[in-house]
Amino acid sequence: MPAQIPLVDYLVLGDRPHLVAHECSACGARYFDRRNACASCGGTTFGTAEIATEGTLRTFTIVTFAAPGIPTPYVAGVVDCAGTSVRANIVNVEPTPEAVTLGMPVRLATFPIGADSEGTEAVGFGFEPA
Amino acid sequence: MSDEVWILGITMTKFGKHPDKDSVDLAAEAALGALADAGVGIDRMGILAAGNLLGGGHLGQSLQKQIGQTGIPVYNVANACATGATALRTAIMAVKAGEADYGLAVGVEKLAGAGLLAGGSRKDDGSTWTPSGRYGAVAAVDGRIGTEIMPGVFAQVGMEYLSAHPYSGNDFELFARISEKNHAHSTLNPLAAYTKRMTLEEIMNDVMIAYPNTRPMCSANCDGAAAAVVVSGSVLKTLSQEQQRRAVKVSASVLTTDPWQEACQILPDVNTLTRNAAAQAYEAAGVGPADLDLVELHDCFATAELVHYDNLMLCEPGGAVDFFESGATWRDGSTPVNVSGGLQSKGHPIAATGIANVWEVCHHLRGEAGDRQIEGAKVGLAHVIGLGSACGVHILEKAA
Ligand SMILES: [Zn+2]
Repeated sequence: MPAQIPLVDYLVLGDRPHLVAHECSACGARYFDRRNACASCGGTTFGTAEIATEGTLRTFTIVTFAAPGIPTPYVAGVVDCAGTSVRANIVNVEPTPEAVTLGMPVRLATFPIGADSEGTEAVGFGFEPA
Repeated sequence: MSDEVWILGITMTKFGKHPDKDSVDLAAEAALGALADAGVGIDRMGILAAGNLLGGGHLGQSLQKQIGQTGIPVYNVANACATGATALRTAIMAVKAGEADYGLAVGVEKLAGAGLLAGGSRKDDGSTWTPSGRYGAVAAVDGRIGTEIMPGVFAQVGMEYLSAHPYSGNDFELFARISEKNHAHSTLNPLAAYTKRMTLEEIMNDVMIAYPNTRPMCSANCDGAAAAVVVSGSVLKTLSQEQQRRAVKVSASVLTTDPWQEACQILPDVNTLTRNAAAQAYEAAGVGPADLDLVELHDCFATAELVHYDNLMLCEPGGAVDFFESGATWRDGSTPVNVSGGLQSKGHPIAATGIANVWEVCHHLRGEAGDRQIEGAKVGLAHVIGLGSACGVHILEKAA
């Protein structure tokens, strides 16, 4: 099995892939990016929170025009994972408004997005119909 | 009256393609037009606020070198699609603070032929995976982890509204009908970039950019400029009867940014800051949504217009779809919205937009809007959103 690297540092690979967030110790606000401080309360202490791998689709769009190398059309959306909002593509579904519906239950899915010159495989994530 | 601020002169250029003019030409045309409309010269201006998002941030001084180097302070401002409103508000604040009797605000953009406006984090994929940036990403995330293209972001904004307030009809057709309205309105606006009426079928069958937004449901990239001269209430009293009659009162000038909300760093929250700006503006002006005779709001995409009916409190909370379907926002409805044609049809030269929408409202309040005049208009509201986010709201009232 080739070495793997997650597409982003908040995707944890392994037997049970999941997303993690920086959680403000003072107010509980969650962030996926590197933080300087909390945008909600100004706190500077953060813990790590594991994000639920199942959720519901709160909104979506089906994008027809994209940067080179991105297959189109693709479905982009926001998933409500037990109260934490996550930005992701909706995958393993036909990219049509008939197949993708507001409120549909979805679950985390990972997939390879290509190997680099040293053979390391990058792994991305999306959400698929549950 | 001394802390009141009035618009004394205001103008916009034709929006569209201006291949023979550069940004300074367009800004000068608008600024000289606003000064002529005001009946005062550049020598009276105590401050110049200039907005030009894509031009490098020195428009003000370049403009002065064409129309008057009078040595006054220049503020080159940038606030995404709220840049024009920010320039106008900067001039208003200077007058309100007593630092200037008169202020000039200008916004211009050369955008004809520009492609889709993306958010930013696109980068070339490297030859070996190396994490970088705030997400430790090894490859560009736009298109792999959701979308950053504007038509896609605002598509989600509209669909999120239908998620929170379920709609039993056809989503796509609903949003296309909003676009149909604005394209119909622009047929009466000779300064609009597009003045051709489009049928619902034409709009829905056009190129899909990001469902449910087809190309005519997206703001039209074009060139254009707009400018305004503002004056203090006490100085206005010393001017001619005609100048006082045509002056438009700035009853509220508000700028907000997006306060933290749970999902706001996942999908931009264009709602809360608009609601906050609207609430502050109604409070400052002492008017309510029911008093508005017309509204120019930031329909950068058809999906955005729907949510701003609710955000600007033009309808009951959650009632934007019913409000639209009642016909209220057509030019013969109870709250005409975007009678100029809006960004989808009038066009959206970014930094000009936040002054051009104020011009549209002033045009009606002065009774000078010709074929598209909203009869008896006394109060209007102009709204813009710059993603990131900034929201500008101005409430304008006809001189008593
Ligand atoms: Zn916090």
